[in-house]
Amino acid sequence: MNELLQQILNGLSLGAIYALIALGYTMVYGVLRFINFAHGDVFMVGAFSGLYLFRWLKPFFDGGRWLLAALVLLGAMLISATLGVLVEWLAYRPLREKPRLTVLITAIGVSLLLEYSAQLLFGAAPRGFPSLVEGGAIGGIGGLHASNVQVLVFLVSGALLFALRFIVMRTRIGLAMRALSLNPTAAALMGVNISVVISFTFGLGSALAAAGAIFYASLYQAIDPFMGVLPGLKAFVAAVLGGIGSLPGAALGGVILGVVETLVVGYSKELGIPPGYRDAVAFVILILILLFKPSGLLGKNHREKV
Amino acid sequence: MLEISNLTVGYGSITALHGISLNVERGSIVTLIGANGAGKSTTLRAASGLLKIRSGNIGFEGKQIANLPAHEIVAMGLAHVPEGRMIFSNLSVMENLRMGAYLRRDADGVRRDLDFVLQTFPRLSEREKQFAGTLSGGEQQMLAIGRALMSRPKCLMLDEPSLGIAPLLVKTIFEKIVEVNRDLGLTVLLVEQNANLALEISHYGYVLETGAVLFHDRSERLKLDPRVREAYLGA
Repeated sequence: MNELLQQILNGLSLGAIYALIALGYTMVYGVLRFINFAHGDVFMVGAFSGLYLFRWLKPFFDGGRWLLAALVLLGAMLISATLGVLVEWLAYRPLREKPRLTVLITAIGVSLLLEYSAQLLFGAAPRGFPSLVEGGAIGGIGGLHASNVQVLVFLVSGALLFALRFIVMRTRIGLAMRALSLNPTAAALMGVNISVVISFTFGLGSALAAAGAIFYASLYQAIDPFMGVLPGLKAFVAAVLGGIGSLPGAALGGVILGVVETLVVGYSKELGIPPGYRDAVAFVILILILLFKPSGLLGKNHREKV
Repeated sequence: MLEISNLTVGYGSITALHGISLNVERGSIVTLIGANGAGKSTTLRAASGLLKIRSGNIGFEGKQIANLPAHEIVAMGLAHVPEGRMIFSNLSVMENLRMGAYLRRDADGVRRDLDFVLQTFPRLSEREKQFAGTLSGGEQQMLAIGRALMSRPKCLMLDEPSLGIAPLLVKTIFEKIVEVNRDLGLTVLLVEQNANLALEISHYGYVLETGAVLFHDRSERLKLDPRVREAYLGA
């Protein structure tokens, strides 16, 4: 029983990271109806930004480790947000009136461009990622253990999800995002500058991906130019699982995927599934969801009144 | 207030409007009548910035607005209630109305206008918190008009407000259009297939056919015009 709880606990922090990335897919899908396949690479850039920010800022912070960690996180989010906005502006905006397939293929191109540019800049070999906070384990209730990093990942992710919910549900730009995703023409007639809202959406999604990247790198302590590929694909699966276009769905899908993946690895012997198959879990889920509930767990079947 | 001259608009290789000219005077209700495909909706969509024009002029309060982005045109005071209503189905009635006031910064004025819209359409105030998609067709039309009023426009363009709506609600909606025109001095450009109704409440009318203005006159004279009576009033 304890072991099961422990596995779930481990899965939750991984799930929180998938959730953060999945939100970016689902938000962009909401406003533009296309899957931004370069999102995983914006995630990767977030991790590298974190690494370099840490190196540059470290000499200035002797004791203030927490402040340094916060600055690295915020800085990486800012850099990725800028990159996300730039990618939309340079690559996707000129194709606004073109068929969606054109944009989709462009996204794959952007993805490869980012990956190989990163390889050129940072080298292909994995790089160590520093511990942003003091390592150590927190002995918990009933013999459950969690590392500092795990707990932090979970808490900060939760805070970010709440912040996002506030932006989307309570602010003017959030209302504009929701209106745009429901009916772009009507939103324009209300005075919404669609391009501004789309830029904002890319920035927001990319910032969340960067936060996910810092957490991911802190847990696994190694980063490389292709680190975004698998988490990116899995987060995409999480977004589809939750119902593409639904924000709570993306969060839920991410957490479920993280927990299921961790459980499959944790109980690989009992289940008879070699742990090497962990990356296949997401795609089995994708196939199942597409077969049995393509609209996802919280997705809506849109029916327009005529 | 709204002056359109020699407007040409096309979709791809098809020309939808062949040089339409019309004039909407401040404070009046002007109607465009004509069969399906005559170019009525296209005219409105060009004026509100949803369509690019090929040639001609669209002047609003003396400024050229042709080919400006839609969000800039609504900011100038020209609001468009599109065909099919286009309400935000998964936002609440209240959120839809707030979207109408998206560009406004005067919170007090917005609150007053919200009260006005809810008084004008009491059915909406009963359903404030409901998703707009759950409203009946007529209620959705009221919401679409109320939402447009929330931008405090100088000129309101309405595209087929009677389409697919219960006759009783159509009557209410048209009464309200007359009311806002009379009480607020709001200029109205009304596109309507129901020519009877449109000529009843409007001051001036244009008859469109295949992308051109056939003729135009004061509404009470158009009602008596044999060409209109035969083709559009079913007489």
